Amino acid sequence: MAAMLWLPVLVPTVLGALVAWRHSDAYARYVPLVAALAILGIGIALVAKGQVVTSSVLRADAAASYVLLCVGAVAVVALWGGLSNPPLGGRGDALICAFLAAMSLAVLSDNLGVMWVAVEATTIATAFLVGHAGTRGATEAAWKYVVLGSVGVAIAFLGIVLVYASSRTGGSPTLSWVALVSGTVPLSPHLARVGVALAVLGFATKAGLAPMHSWLPDAHSQAPAPVSGLMSGVLLSVAMYAILRIQAVAAAHIGVGLVHGLLLTFGLLSLAVAAFLTLTQKDYKRLLAYSSIEHMGVIALGVGSGTTLGLVAALLHMLGHGVVKAAMFVLAGRVLAITGSSRIAQVKGLLARRPDLGWPFVAGTAALLGFPPFVTFFTEVAVLIALAESGLWWAVGGAAALLLITFIGIARQVLSMTAGAPEPQPDAPDHPLVHDTPSLRATAPAAIAMTAGAVVSFLSLVFVPVLGAAAAALGVSR
Amino acid sequence: MNASLTSGFVTTAVGILLLTAVLQTWRRSAAGSVRLLVVQGLALAALVAALGASRGDVELLAVAGIIALVKAGVLPWALGRTATGRIVERDNAVRPAVGLLGATVLTMFAYAVSDPLRGGDQSAAARAIPAGVALVLIGFWILLTRHSAVGQLVGFVVLDNGIAMVAFLTSDGLPLTVELGATLDVLLVVVILRALTTRMRNTHGGTSVDDLTELRD
Repeated sequence: MAAMLWLPVLVPTVLGALVAWRHSDAYARYVPLVAALAILGIGIALVAKGQVVTSSVLRADAAASYVLLCVGAVAVVALWGGLSNPPLGGRGDALICAFLAAMSLAVLSDNLGVMWVAVEATTIATAFLVGHAGTRGATEAAWKYVVLGSVGVAIAFLGIVLVYASSRTGGSPTLSWVALVSGTVPLSPHLARVGVALAVLGFATKAGLAPMHSWLPDAHSQAPAPVSGLMSGVLLSVAMYAILRIQAVAAAHIGVGLVHGLLLTFGLLSLAVAAFLTLTQKDYKRLLAYSSIEHMGVIALGVGSGTTLGLVAALLHMLGHGVVKAAMFVLAGRVLAITGSSRIAQVKGLLARRPDLGWPFVAGTAALLGFPPFVTFFTEVAVLIALAESGLWWAVGGAAALLLITFIGIARQVLSMTAGAPEPQPDAPDHPLVHDTPSLRATAPAAIAMTAGAVVSFLSLVFVPVLGAAAAALGVSR
Repeated sequence: MNASLTSGFVTTAVGILLLTAVLQTWRRSAAGSVRLLVVQGLALAALVAALGASRGDVELLAVAGIIALVKAGVLPWALGRTATGRIVERDNAVRPAVGLLGATVLTMFAYAVSDPLRGGDQSAAARAIPAGVALVLIGFWILLTRHSAVGQLVGFVVLDNGIAMVAFLTSDGLPLTVELGATLDVLLVVVILRALTTRMRNTHGGTSVDDLTELRD
């Protein structure tokens, strides 16, 4: 079992190297999907086993196993669905494999330093994927993404360095997360406080939380559809997971007031940014990107509430939002392929013109807006209850109002794209038109993702013990 | 190595690190910036070597060698290849006087706020921690005020040198695997940004980040 822990890192690495080596192979497109399936399989096996598994610097407790499952599930949706998007070429497929390996390493690493190296590696692996189109917009997005992402993560590195320095008071400094949360290693409180604050700030940049979100709409709208799906659906969550790990260190030594204060502030700011920029949004891929900022805000509020309910809801929200958002980006990529424009105004009557894309798009939007029976409904309500439980009524009021505004903004934009009669094709599309015919095989991944987003709600008997164990592993038990 | 000699080495290296960072805010030519980075990289390597020698720590000495190779060799080489490109780098940054003033204020600020990081330690290394924080802040300042792609890259490298300095001064550096991983990551980020700079020149006709205005809401 311990050796199995290396598979989510090694399988994508080896497969990626193979694709990079002989990238002319016609099967190269399926390789990232195989890697994703491997990660999902091991994630499920670890969750089912329900025990802590350790192997050298890797360690899978309940939280890591669950987030690995999320990575696998979202990656399968994004990459399986992505088969109906234009191919990325051998180098693109190899980079996606590297990206998957880096995310798995970040999730499974026990050492905070290794976790940081892996998070930074996700930026490196995705840089050229974001700029894949080679256009002015894509180059600009890639530049901003790498500069802001790296600077943000560099701040997190400074934070981790200071946490490491603070552990010197005990004689043997360590970056092992288990040692840091066990309480056996004393931390010098001043250094630890500064370190934790910087680490949270840095990883929050990578998680796309406002006010450090400015790279996100550009990167997520310019990247090829499956990559956007992976980044929005799960890379943001991996960064949030890093914050959860740092929070646990804070909880063991200096208290969580500082971390939760930061997360509540970032969460509400993210909801505010999403609320006002979705109202006036003109580009549907950017609309989805702002929706991701909104959902990361919800997750931050859940964690910031400081209760087990809030954390469990946040973790479940990661999965629910991730699979749906990945499917939505893939659908958006196909809409772009048939209409040649990512402008909302250029897409009309999608339900009448292409019901195979229109209906899943509407269903996914409903999930993102938090309609029942989708799991996002239950988790958003749970986050609000968790905030109320902690007496944070101002946050409850603010979040509810901002969620309502976002609801109006997104619903209005998506209705204008899907309802009504289809309009004739614009004369000069911004993007090349790609042949895309309706087929059950192409729609299946999105349909399965939407179904999963709804079914997860009713699997609470399965998920609640796992998530409860994850919350306990992360040091929250209120 | 005896204590006063170590102290002298550390103080000199820290002085050079800080000086090269402040001079960056005044330099405008890309080639000059890159030369300053070479000096800064060597000073960082010397600082690590001095710390390693004073503690008889072979691992630190090895790390010093790697730092010299990467920060004073490979990294400036990768950067320099853009700097000597056909197009002269346009850098409509703030005026040199304002740049220097900003760096001075940030350095003073770093010395004022860095006390908690020292934790009462009076060694030469601990006394130099504020200089590392100053490097981090000056790196940000360069990122904010320089508008050419290479200028921003220089800011990122100065920021990273500052973080490395804080790491070595507060805790004799991180475990070797993490140190190597972090160095490799930073190197790859610079190589990627360099490649994007070339692409930017093709798509935008220049490398000023002011021209990156396609994407907005």
